[in-house]
Amino acid sequence: MTQLALVIDLNVCVGCHACVTSCKEWNTSGSAGPLCDENPYGADPTGTFFNRVQTFEVGQYPNTETVHFPKSCLHCEDPPCVPVCPTGASYKRKQDGIVLVDYDKCIGCKYCTWACPYGAREIDEKQKVMKKCTLCVDRIYDTRLPEADRKPACVKACPTSARLFGDVHDPESAVSQAIRESAGYALMPEWGTRPSNHYLPRRKTRLKIHVDELERVDNPLKVDGKLPKPNKSDPALDDVTSW
Amino acid sequence: MKPAFSVIFLTTLIGAGQGLFLALFTQQSYALFGLLPHQDARFYGWGSLLALVFTLAGLIASFFHLGRPERAWRSAVQWRTSWLSREVIVLPAFMGILFLYGASHLSGFDPVLLILPSGLSINATIMLGGMATILAFALFVCTGMIYACLRFLQEWHSPLTVVNFILLGGASGFTLATLYAAMFASAQAGFFGGWAIIITLLAFAGRSASLWRNARLKPKSTVQTAIGIKHPRIVQTAQGAMGGSFNTREFFHGRSASFFSTVKMIFLLLAFVAPVLLLAVNLTYPSGLLLGIAFILQYFGLLAERWFFFAQANHPQNLYYQNIS
Repeated sequence: MTQLALVIDLNVCVGCHACVTSCKEWNTSGSAGPLCDENPYGADPTGTFFNRVQTFEVGQYPNTETVHFPKSCLHCEDPPCVPVCPTGASYKRKQDGIVLVDYDKCIGCKYCTWACPYGAREIDEKQKVMKKCTLCVDRIYDTRLPEADRKPACVKACPTSARLFGDVHDPESAVSQAIRESAGYALMPEWGTRPSNHYLPRRKTRLKIHVDELERVDNPLKVDGKLPKPNKSDPALDDVTSW
Repeated sequence: MKPAFSVIFLTTLIGAGQGLFLALFTQQSYALFGLLPHQDARFYGWGSLLALVFTLAGLIASFFHLGRPERAWRSAVQWRTSWLSREVIVLPAFMGILFLYGASHLSGFDPVLLILPSGLSINATIMLGGMATILAFALFVCTGMIYACLRFLQEWHSPLTVVNFILLGGASGFTLATLYAAMFASAQAGFFGGWAIIITLLAFAGRSASLWRNARLKPKSTVQTAIGIKHPRIVQTAQGAMGGSFNTREFFHGRSASFFSTVKMIFLLLAFVAPVLLLAVNLTYPSGLLLGIAFILQYFGLLAERWFFFAQANHPQNLYYQNIS
């Protein structure tokens, strides 16, 4: 069974929000209609997004680290939002494990958002239906696109390749390898939702420099320095070449 | 959570309606066994229609909760998994049987359906009343389980939620029944009043137990598990939007801590203390006015109780929305 998912490398994410804008651009332009915004140019702009980048400061000054944390639907293997839906508008696809909302069936009761501990769903205040990340389901299977473009818009946009996309049930996929080899973890494991999206932790990069490595033994500057200082009366290069 | 007034009115109104019906049918059951005098059919009939009006008002209120009310009919589909869907089925079923129960009383069409070996004759209204009783309890369970089944909302995820929905609805309905009896069958006001006091006290015990439990809850999720970083000090510095989002509006009541604790005191006073005192006074000095005040105070108390019920639930998603920037 296939389970498509994202793996997000927190060690690489620089918090540029390119994934947010790219996601918004792709998903507001599709056949499912816009992701509505309210007061986009006003004092209190708000709107529907599938993906947000949040920032956390970890540690006590001066030993702090800034962690940028992209958050979207985690496409849980046991999604708590799906069984509570009274209309069946919220469903998990058998063939690829993507959790989707049928906008034509949703009654906008918001019960699914109460049942999602991650706050991954946002209601569209104009269309009055629930919206959430689709893993760009209208893009990843589109055979009119070149093979390399059949990825979620956020993955394509990430300038640091912090976002990987693939089948986490295939042990040989790049995402499975990343989870396995780089200690990928799931969010809020205490609720047993088994999120498919995983995060790769921050890694400390330390350089061990030994004292004898601080200066090269065969430093040419030092070699030059050992040459005898020329006498002032000695011909300079100009004297030699300008006759 | 942000308390939605549509849901506050839905749950309190149908609770009072269910409770009123249960009170009337309790009296009829007593009368069946000869423990109390059988009342005029119009007493049960108009009483159950009054209960129907309450459930209908609740049903109407529920539509204001929906973004797309025109699609509400779809919500009966997922009854296998969703308590909300089950409520959507059980509420009209209860209303239908309640209507038939009232209509059977009012039309006088109340044939004896069977005679038990003990000689007890079971009429159509007893059959319909029994069915409506089962549906009334099923509806209480559905309404309570909508909240109790959400394991992330630890304040709600407890059997006390369901028990309290039954007791609070019952208390409100029996108080209403006492008022109704005081006006149309004053000899029965003491019976209903006694039960109203007992159920209100039980509801007070149940609600106090849940307040006690919720005050001692330890949140299972922390910001550490939310972002998966194990450091004791993590501060959010940006939540990805400057102007707020659905996530900042839907999951917090937006009131001050003092307002929150004031609502708690108000609902404890209005929903429990005041009606019990007024009902007790009514036992010795019968007065319809006192009972009217008791029901209205208790109803406002239950509105405050339901507001508090929603406001107290702390959703783990709020861990991701602590600072705008």
